Amino acid sequence: MIQTLFGSTEQKPGFFDRMKQAVTRTRESLSERIEEIASFNKEIDRNTLDELEATLIAADLGTATTQEVLANLREKVDRRQIGDVNELKRLLKQELLAILERAGLQPVKAVDGEPEVILVVGVNGTGKTTTIGKLAQVYRSEGKTVLLAAADTFRAAAIEQLEIWGQRTGTEVIKTKPGGDPAAVLYDAMQAAKARHTDYVIVDTAGRLHTKSSLMDELAKMRRTAQRLIPRAPHETLLIMDATTGQNGLQQARLFTESAGVTGIVLTKLDGTAKGGVAVAISRELGLPVRYVGVGEKAGDLLPFNPREFVDSLFE
Amino acid sequence: MFENLSDKLQRAFKNLRGQGTLNEETVGEALREIRLALLEADVNFKVVKELVERIREKALGQEVMTALSPAEQVVKIVRDEMVEVLGRDTAKLRFASNPPTVVLMAGLQGSGKTTTSGKLAHWLKNGGHRPLLVSVDVYRPAAREQLKIVAHAVKAHLYEGQVSEANTATVERLAKEARREAVNSGSDVLIVDTAGRLHIDERLMEEMQSLKRLLNPQEILFVADAMTGQDAVRSAEEFHKKLSLTGVVLTKMDGDARGGAALSIRNVTGQPIKFIGVGEKYDALEPFHPDRIVGRILGMGDILSLIEKAEQQLDKKKQEEFARKALSGDGFSLEDFRDQLRQVKKLGSVQSIMGMLPKIGPFAGLNKAADRVDEGQLTRVEAIINSMTRYERDHHEVINGSRRKRIARGSGTSVQEVNQLLRQYAQMKKMFKQMGKASFGRRLAGMKLPGM
Repeated sequence: MIQTLFGSTEQKPGFFDRMKQAVTRTRESLSERIEEIASFNKEIDRNTLDELEATLIAADLGTATTQEVLANLREKVDRRQIGDVNELKRLLKQELLAILERAGLQPVKAVDGEPEVILVVGVNGTGKTTTIGKLAQVYRSEGKTVLLAAADTFRAAAIEQLEIWGQRTGTEVIKTKPGGDPAAVLYDAMQAAKARHTDYVIVDTAGRLHTKSSLMDELAKMRRTAQRLIPRAPHETLLIMDATTGQNGLQQARLFTESAGVTGIVLTKLDGTAKGGVAVAISRELGLPVRYVGVGEKAGDLLPFNPREFVDSLFE
Repeated sequence: MFENLSDKLQRAFKNLRGQGTLNEETVGEALREIRLALLEADVNFKVVKELVERIREKALGQEVMTALSPAEQVVKIVRDEMVEVLGRDTAKLRFASNPPTVVLMAGLQGSGKTTTSGKLAHWLKNGGHRPLLVSVDVYRPAAREQLKIVAHAVKAHLYEGQVSEANTATVERLAKEARREAVNSGSDVLIVDTAGRLHIDERLMEEMQSLKRLLNPQEILFVADAMTGQDAVRSAEEFHKKLSLTGVVLTKMDGDARGGAALSIRNVTGQPIKFIGVGEKYDALEPFHPDRIVGRILGMGDILSLIEKAEQQLDKKKQEEFARKALSGDGFSLEDFRDQLRQVKKLGSVQSIMGMLPKIGPFAGLNKAADRVDEGQLTRVEAIINSMTRYERDHHEVINGSRRKRIARGSGTSVQEVNQLLRQYAQMKKMFKQMGKASFGRRLAGMKLPGM
């Protein structure tokens, strides 16, 4: 999407450029406003910080995270008598980066000699199937073998959608009929992967609201099924989150972690104007790292998340 | 998280209580909490700012009413302002005088356009219409296949057409063909499902405009996710600027998102929210009621929904009698207690009922208590009361040790459980009596929205 928008489908921009492009809009609005505020108030007084609060909230960081970040900032400002916009920005950047980096320290479970199982979960319409297609592309381009498990047996045409991604990325899809048992599909896919020594099994699941406890139990059951074949599976459980999501994202992360053992977030649709700031709140409250960001509809539009780049881009 | 906010609101209101006038100081703290509540509910910060300023002006200019506490007075102003923004009426679909009526679905990726198209077809069919569905989403893999399955599920007609190339020309051709098909097949409403697109994607937004020119739709519905955050205003604004939307459908309202986006979207587009999506089944599409979502956004609970639900399923007279008896504090017997239990079981799970009650005021504690309620326990409690004599139910004080033993045996429970029930009953009786004394309780007894 980014490429089509800027008419540069041929020349692939480098990683940093694309990361930057993806967060440019966030950066502009955020830093513009901070600048506006800080230059308006020569001295950084309580008013300035109140205005900053609104700014961070506008980026979907939420009131709790915003208040904590600002409380820390306020302390530093008090200690050091900061009146300089750049200094203020640098400190705010530090605060946000610390949150994201702390979450990023969480280790991924070790895999030895067994297929790595990646369970993909999330509420409806966040882009699970699309992200799986892109993820398959990432691994395929690294020369790895991948099996896709079509365990969204509920939504109309979900299996067909994953199959098209399978064709695009040259990846086989293990499936059952619509309405079939998702845990059974997972089991079959893992067995096939074990027999063939496949490197990765990526499991698509039906979108579900985190408030539907029976559907959340289904995810817990899928985890148990996976563990019967490979004790450490799923090695990674990715929660796919739409960057437009507001504060409900926290509740999503909380409840999906409870049932499905989420280990990381993929922030999708970051090529729009949405800021995805709820990811900072999630990192702060739940220690969940962002692993990837989605920046378009093409197979190549998935980028590893780099917290430093992300925060730097916000404040450049 | 919700509880925290509600508690904060409540604290602010507690501070307001006992003050005679609505002055800057009195209102200030409450407004700060309301501002936070609105922000936490994802209402856009600019909309919040406007709203809070308007509320401040109204609140300060207002004389203190004797009928309401200052807190209630502020909440009432908040509520009225929010309802004002959202518009009072549940809007209906506009139909063409010369069918077919064309409904164009628009929105970002993953907002729920295809599912909503199916639900809308189902809703129209129930209203005696003959809808025809078409998907012009030639971009997303299996999108057209999805609508085909949905159409089949709701037994609505679908125009399938042929797609050889995924481009705007194909989209336009499909739309034209579908319109012709609607006329030929005598369908009176054509629902056009489109590809999800970003509001900043110029090429795809142009495609949308060209679809509008081609089809001249009566309705252009913006389908938006209830979980959307601050960005809701930008996408809605842009879609509205390019397409002149006629209405909004807010999806995924069956989750726990507080839906502040509704306020933001309505504020920037001026268009009514016509429907809300409340589940994955095809009949899970409901007309939008502004007053209800106000309670949800503020965390004040869906009082109106509760009343409506209660009215449908409960014997209203019995309720009134119960309220009168319970709140007078004397007449609330164990028999009444059992009746209430049965009514509650009829209504659904305790948690779902409690979820509809306000999360501030005297109900705050009840909500927390509901989290601990074990549904099976209701059945045991009922069994215990069933094992009492009529006299015991009316005069709980006569239930001594040996009677307790008998009741426990008869109900298959233990004396401890019987003791516990009697203790709870005594507490409840006391609580109702206190509520009856408060002005709040009198209003509840009348089953009217308490002045908030």
